[in-house]
Amino acid sequence: MTAIGWVQIVLFFAVVLALTKPLGAYMFRVFEGERQPLPRVFGRIERFTYRLCGVDPAQGQTWPVYAFSLLAFSFLGVLVTYGIERLQHVLPLNPQHLAAVEPALAFNTAASFTTNTNWQAYVPETTVSYLTQMAGLAWHNFTSAAAGIAVALVIARGLTRKAGPLAGKTIGNFWVDLVRSTIYVLLPISFFYALFLVSQGVLQNLLPYREVTTLEGVKQVLAMGPVASQEAIKMLGTNGGGFFNANSAHPFENPTPLSNFVQMVSIFAIPSALTWTYGRMARDQRQGWALWAAMAVLCIAGVVTLYWAEAHDNPALHGLAQLQQGCGNFEGKETRFGLSASALFATVTTDASCGAVNAMHDSFTPLGGLVPLLNIQLGEVIFGGVGAGMYGMLIFVVLTVFIAGLMVGRTPEYLGKKIEAREMKLAMLYVLIFPLLILSFTAWALVVPYGVSSLNNAGPHGLSEILYAFSSGAGNNGSAFAGLNANTPFYNLALAADMLVGRFLMMIPAIAMAGSMVDKKVTPAGPGTFPTNGSLFVGLLVSVVLIVGALTFFPALSLGPVVEHFAAGAGRVF
Amino acid sequence: MLRNELLAAVRTTLVTLIGVGLAYPLVTTAVAGAIFPQQASGSMVSDDYGNVVGSGLIAQPFAKAGYLQPRPSAAGEKGYDAAGSSGSNLGPTSKALRDRAAKDLQRLIQENPNAEGPVPAELVSASASGLDPHLSPAAALWQVPRIARARGVEESRVRTIIESNIEGRDLLVLGEPRVNVLLVNRALDRHFGRPPLATR
Repeated sequence: MTAIGWVQIVLFFAVVLALTKPLGAYMFRVFEGERQPLPRVFGRIERFTYRLCGVDPAQGQTWPVYAFSLLAFSFLGVLVTYGIERLQHVLPLNPQHLAAVEPALAFNTAASFTTNTNWQAYVPETTVSYLTQMAGLAWHNFTSAAAGIAVALVIARGLTRKAGPLAGKTIGNFWVDLVRSTIYVLLPISFFYALFLVSQGVLQNLLPYREVTTLEGVKQVLAMGPVASQEAIKMLGTNGGGFFNANSAHPFENPTPLSNFVQMVSIFAIPSALTWTYGRMARDQRQGWALWAAMAVLCIAGVVTLYWAEAHDNPALHGLAQLQQGCGNFEGKETRFGLSASALFATVTTDASCGAVNAMHDSFTPLGGLVPLLNIQLGEVIFGGVGAGMYGMLIFVVLTVFIAGLMVGRTPEYLGKKIEAREMKLAMLYVLIFPLLILSFTAWALVVPYGVSSLNNAGPHGLSEILYAFSSGAGNNGSAFAGLNANTPFYNLALAADMLVGRFLMMIPAIAMAGSMVDKKVTPAGPGTFPTNGSLFVGLLVSVVLIVGALTFFPALSLGPVVEHFAAGAGRVF
Repeated sequence: MLRNELLAAVRTTLVTLIGVGLAYPLVTTAVAGAIFPQQASGSMVSDDYGNVVGSGLIAQPFAKAGYLQPRPSAAGEKGYDAAGSSGSNLGPTSKALRDRAAKDLQRLIQENPNAEGPVPAELVSASASGLDPHLSPAAALWQVPRIARARGVEESRVRTIIESNIEGRDLLVLGEPRVNVLLVNRALDRHFGRPPLATR
């Protein structure tokens, strides 16, 4: 650990903090404002889009209709991407003449990108054409991110709206939220962001792969492609699916420390800003900052642990004669980023359900690998995926308010609205589906030969590889302990189910809660009201997130990374 | 009611597919190609005769004693496969990792009998992409005695070339100082000519 390493980490948080208010305020104007920004440009495109899509923007939707729209749109998304993958060999923009993607793999990939997971069981360089990357995959990078923002907005509306005769039971319009996220936020930022990335050295072309002869006379084939346009939305929309196999570790995806810094900031930019937007909707900025603070505390704890762990030597290299010791673990890391920016990236990408990587998590030290795994298992609420982190955290807020209510013996209420049995059932559904998915699938994979035969590492690390895969799928993260060979029929189908259930069966309770909260009467705060905008609440919220996550996964984590840590200390290799 | 939503779903699918799935990347390609043609097409590097010898961003398998050698690569079967990027994904208690490192270590010690100090850990640790084009200044300078001897020149001249190729941190704080292996090797050839053919 070096001073300059810590400076980079502090600088990162400073920049994210500085962006929170301006971007949050901008998004409030876009989604909830009376007049949207830049009406001459964006307004025209927006109205034109509604006409093309046959949408009446003035029409509010109740929660079942909202949920139906989202599901229908997502279902079509799976179908279209599956179709493009299966037909890529006869479609244009396939200069490498890649064959059609295999059915199970194509389904897994379609589910993966529709759910904002971007789990990749394929090697992009040799599997998917430029058209599949652009229209099949990067398309979802926009729409799945926009869908996440939409759900965050509806639960925010449900909690903060004062019931009136006009609004009634409606919680917004899915198509409006989707179109506005895309046109006002994701698309314009991505365009300029992509140009910045190209200036740093990220590819943006449609050329066939290029062969060069090196100074030693060796032939080398360089993969090409429209990388920057996909890279920008991959980070901004917390998608994380790499254009190349090595993801943001690949020099053509992330060539410089500066591009790396901007990529990290862009993962957190929208999730962080949404807390401000939320505070504005609640007409109390401190409600938003309380969420931000809880997220930041958990994030900082993660990065400190991870940086400390990776500053230790790789245990597998311990005691090799004439090898430099005491310089940190460099296996699976890039020289230009170093330990600090690798540790920070790994924390940020797993806190937010991004899943891009600039270092290989599989090769981290045991405790270093524990941090990303735990970050995912806490439910992707530490800033979280765009929108997904917000609605996840708000579910935890409801849970916390309920627990606090039990402790003081009052009917729990949040922002003046009563939390009742129905909301608690929905919150518990949300909280329980997640571990149920992860632990059942992991257990299944561990006891069958077609599950363990995919392992790249033996011993406790093998358990971690499988546990990480299903955690990553259910949490819609998409990063991996990538040694696991996930391109088998079992893993392709099991992980597809893991991702789809982890996305939609958790979104629907969130939308339903919005529906049941939106027309509740608001009672003014009294002396007995538990304040939800102070440090006491932040502390409680952090505890609830940690207790729910840690208690659920502690046994599994003990058998994986924790056992491995002690085995490594004893000099064992497997 | 739901029929309307279904229809909206179909139409929105098509509109977004064309808008952000096709128009956005194609327009970006056109604009980026116009403003940054060199970067957009791979930051290619040429030798003095104008032959393209690789990308300045992608590692190559330099094995000759007279060239600066990169970090180990797990990309593709033989390493340095720029159409098959990958890390080793070997875990911290992996016997395979220990064996691979021990083998690389043995080779490095043998090839660099006059090197100063222990072998930098970076030189036996595979990079994340398998295509890391850089070395830390320490790992590059460690190779100076071997390069100088193979080329029959003074160590100080090789050292000067490497030192003049050190790139600092971005904006003074971001990332780590580093040396681009291909650019150093091109500079070595420029100063001393192509090295003799003898390899390991």
